[in-house]
Amino acid sequence: MAQHQVNYMQDGGLPVALTSIDKLVNWGRSNSLWALTYGLACCGIEMMASGASRYDFDRFGTIFRASPRQADIMIVAGTLTKKHAEFIKRLYDQMTEPKWVISMGSCANTGGMFNTYATVQGVDRVIPVDLYLPGCAPRPESLQYAVMLLQKKIRSQKAIKTQKPKRLM
Amino acid sequence: MRAYTPKDNVQKKSYYTDRYWIAPQVAKSKVSDDKVFSEDLEAIKKAKIKVLDSYIQVEQMVVYIKPEDIVKTLQLLRDECAYTQLSELSAIDWISQRGGFEVFYQMLSMSKRKRLRIKCFIKQDESIESVSKLFRSADWSEREMYDMFGVKVNNHPFMKRILMPDDWEGHPLLKTYPLQGDEFASWYEVDKIFGKEARDIIGPEIRDSARVDRYDTERFARLGHEVAKGVEFNPDEEKKPLAYQEDDGVFLIEGFDEDKSQIISDRKR
Ligand code: SF4
Repeated sequence: MAQHQVNYMQDGGLPVALTSIDKLVNWGRSNSLWALTYGLACCGIEMMASGASRYDFDRFGTIFRASPRQADIMIVAGTLTKKHAEFIKRLYDQMTEPKWVISMGSCANTGGMFNTYATVQGVDRVIPVDLYLPGCAPRPESLQYAVMLLQKKIRSQKAIKTQKPKRLM
Repeated sequence: MRAYTPKDNVQKKSYYTDRYWIAPQVAKSKVSDDKVFSEDLEAIKKAKIKVLDSYIQVEQMVVYIKPEDIVKTLQLLRDECAYTQLSELSAIDWISQRGGFEVFYQMLSMSKRKRLRIKCFIKQDESIESVSKLFRSADWSEREMYDMFGVKVNNHPFMKRILMPDDWEGHPLLKTYPLQGDEFASWYEVDKIFGKEARDIIGPEIRDSARVDRYDTERFARLGHEVAKGVEFNPDEEKKPLAYQEDDGVFLIEGFDEDKSQIISDRKR
């Protein structure tokens, strides 16, 4: 039998890679970040540009979905008005865990130049934000960099833990 | 006109302090100067509509009438004077000076290539008759006028707010409405989503967009200092280099290697 012995640890053996479950799960999560299409204003155009062929978001595994049930991240791209605030909260609640939020552009971060009665002064008043992306509007490259940083953040988290429900309160 | 003030110290002092600046008036001319307009004005007068004032300003005729004549006048202009479009309709807030609103109707005649404006004045508590049966565009404009100024319109098919949410309080385009919103506006989304009790937890709006607090890990994160949200910030913490991947690479993902990349100089290749 000795001649048929397979050294599993060596190249040419069975294709085995040893890793921890954490890494495997986070590898899967961080490389298939499906984003909810959330273009609210001009920043939405830059988000669409990132998804289109020139900047090609698909190579990151980021595919835009039009349903919160299928989405992992919400890229809030644009001005959130007070009238719309309850809907963003509802859509965020409908997303399945684990979920992350990127606040894209000055308007989503702080209200931006719309220092008025009708604009929510930062989406973090309504939903918890993981990553703030400055700019007005941020270029597609910076949105992709933001997604890469978010991937890095996801990889540094424990994969199997009871996900603390992310509520503001 | 306002006296000139030097604007080279704008960084030190805002010069937008004159909230009720009155713009200088554009010159007016008599209606009889223009043949087409004088015929239109004659037609209005012939229909026994009382004309309070009329003049031409920036090549457009402005006619002041009484608010109760508005439907009659617009019908006359549409059917007999070829002003087939109502391009705009809204109100002007004159509450502090004259105690009411000026409502204007901007008309356009494509065949005559002329624009004229019908204006009327209503008291603050008065309402005005709807013209949405004559012009479909008036439907939404009148709703907007109600939403922004609180001017009520009689016999409108669907008198509801159009821009602001239905449960909004106040009319934002009034001169007395603060630009940054009253108390109701500033807490609107918090009250609606989380309830009034949540005001203390969420806190007031921060309207200083230049505010950066490096120790606040709830709201701020800085590149090279990636700490999780809400973690206590340690100022002595070592700065991490900017990188989009961890030092030892990522499991199953190949990092970008500049030496292996190729720069294409021939775009038509
Ligand atoms: S941040 Fe600038 S580009 Fe983005 S939505 Fe606001 S105004 Fe538009």
